[in-house]
Amino acid sequence: MMGDAAIAVMAAGAVGQGGMPFGSPLLAAVNWQAAFFMLFAALACACAVAVVLADNVVRMAFYLVLSLGATAGLFFLAGADFIGAMQLMIYVGGTLVLLVFGVMLTAQAPFVAIKPSSGDKVLAGMVGAALLAVLLQAAFRVEAWRRPAAAAAEPVAAAPSATPLGMALLGIRVDEPPAGAVGTRGGYLLPFEIVSVHLLVVLVGAAYLARAKRRRTPRAIDAAASMVSPQERVGVAGGVPAAGGRR
Amino acid sequence: MAAFLINTLGLPDWLAWTVTAVIAAVLILHVIAGGALVFIWAERKIAARIQDRLGPTRTGGRFGWLQSLADGIKLLAKEDLMPEGADGLLFRIAPYVSFCASFCAFIALPFAFDFVGQRLNVGVFFVVAVLGLEVFGVILAGYASASKWSLFGAMREAAQVVSYEVPLGMCVVVPVMLAGSMDLVTIAEKQAGWFTSWYLFHDPFTFVVFWVYVTCAVASVNRAPFDLAEAESELVAGFHTEYSGLRWSFFFMAEYGSMFLVSALAAVLFLGGWNGPVPVARLLGLSEGTGDTAGYFVRLLGCGNLLLKATLGVLIMMWVRWTLPRLRIDQVMTTCLKYCTPIAAAMFAGAMLWQLALPGGLIRGLPSWVSRPAGEVREGWLEGPGGLPAGGGGARAASPSVVRVMP
Repeated sequence: MMGDAAIAVMAAGAVGQGGMPFGSPLLAAVNWQAAFFMLFAALACACAVAVVLADNVVRMAFYLVLSLGATAGLFFLAGADFIGAMQLMIYVGGTLVLLVFGVMLTAQAPFVAIKPSSGDKVLAGMVGAALLAVLLQAAFRVEAWRRPAAAAAEPVAAAPSATPLGMALLGIRVDEPPAGAVGTRGGYLLPFEIVSVHLLVVLVGAAYLARAKRRRTPRAIDAAASMVSPQERVGVAGGVPAAGGRR
Repeated sequence: MAAFLINTLGLPDWLAWTVTAVIAAVLILHVIAGGALVFIWAERKIAARIQDRLGPTRTGGRFGWLQSLADGIKLLAKEDLMPEGADGLLFRIAPYVSFCASFCAFIALPFAFDFVGQRLNVGVFFVVAVLGLEVFGVILAGYASASKWSLFGAMREAAQVVSYEVPLGMCVVVPVMLAGSMDLVTIAEKQAGWFTSWYLFHDPFTFVVFWVYVTCAVASVNRAPFDLAEAESELVAGFHTEYSGLRWSFFFMAEYGSMFLVSALAAVLFLGGWNGPVPVARLLGLSEGTGDTAGYFVRLLGCGNLLLKATLGVLIMMWVRWTLPRLRIDQVMTTCLKYCTPIAAAMFAGAMLWQLALPGGLIRGLPSWVSRPAGEVREGWLEGPGGLPAGGGGARAASPSVVRVMP
């Protein structure tokens, strides 16, 4: 799957051009970029639908990984290899953790099926349709993506994307040279720092919540009571088992 | 190669690119599959010698070197079994997921100067990200087998791999920082010259980081002493308990493929990539970058260098496997969280400070072939058209003044 992605990037350079001494003109006429785009897009959409329709946690996770991987393929196809690798690292790796927790927390029996109620389905369908409507409307509003403009646009050569991104995170926009402006203007240093500190806080909070709870040291009387055997305890307390005791 | 096909043979663009892609894919496939055959044989021989046995001796003459091939034929002929309660789709697809992940990571791996499936601007990142996907196949296998041994193995593997990705990433960042690029080709190019210019010997911190990387790499490809997922003394065979025949062998091809991959990654990041310890080609006055036959042979030599280094890495992993006892799961986690992660973080900070304090190396005035200060690689990284580094960050022009724009 990912292999196709990288090969697709290579093949994307083969956007059909003239001058073929042999080989069918039909194959050369195919817009390979568009073909690979459709392949990955169809895979992503089909797998996304499969995630919703599947009723087994692990199968859902599997389809989700396929869908996200196909999206990474789309990124590679667009020449955004940093975002593509990021997609693989974060989303696919994240799904892995999700899967582990899903199995650990939900699976009482092997291959447990999750059957949502019909109310859930209606609600989810409405939310999904609303989101789709918003996205579609937003996408069709962009002038440059309209049909004549998009068809006329030259395919952009894939530029190395990691270095400009890294520089922009440090506050230097190398892709858009600022007109006389020097400094952090246009960069993302502040958001980057905010997000880092936020993540650090989350990390510390998670470590705090998940820490091993320190057991309170038992009081001397409880320790003594726990050392006595039950029969003796009954004798001592007059038939009533010792309450309280260890925490 | 595509340029050669287009210019010399006159193929149309799309055909040339397709042929190039197919050749690259098939070559990588052969490295994995052929490598697995050789490594499995080597593993059996090494294990046998370490345990004072002989190992395979009969098949194929003197050293039993055809043993893996015979095993392969046996596996092909085996019945393809699936447990009755298993989840059929996931059970069938899991080995391929593992194998594909291992295979895909090879795409960005440079075997020599120009011998790379697809040169990626974020090569290191891509390889590490894709390598992490291999565990997904293992988890699917463990879950779909409907066997508690498999599930235990898969869960252990998940916990282990997810944890070890953290220190592994930190170790990988150090050479990236020194080279100023995530492109594997660029990182290896920066280490050209004598073996003293390898990042392993760059400063004391990188030397330590290399060993942390080795530990994490062994753990992340799930080899002993970290092979909790297939601990045969506790879990029968772990995640592949229910597998047999060809599907089982796919898991092993994936395992040996990733072993080779992490070794090759170590070679590229720390051991100079395709550069030999002595720059033979450069002393002879040859260059790897030229398009003529001599340049091609220099690159071929470099490819041999890298394969040799990666193979040595795999052999060391085997040596470790048959020497050290398996860790308990809590010891595995302790190693990762209490030792590898803090050490890697400290070494990362140390390497960074070393760059700031001693940019010219420990002793100044050494000839450039003994010590290559990393400061030199910084120059010109903002040059090129439009302020971008030309050719994936490998620009050579000097303008350190641009960097001072930073607030």
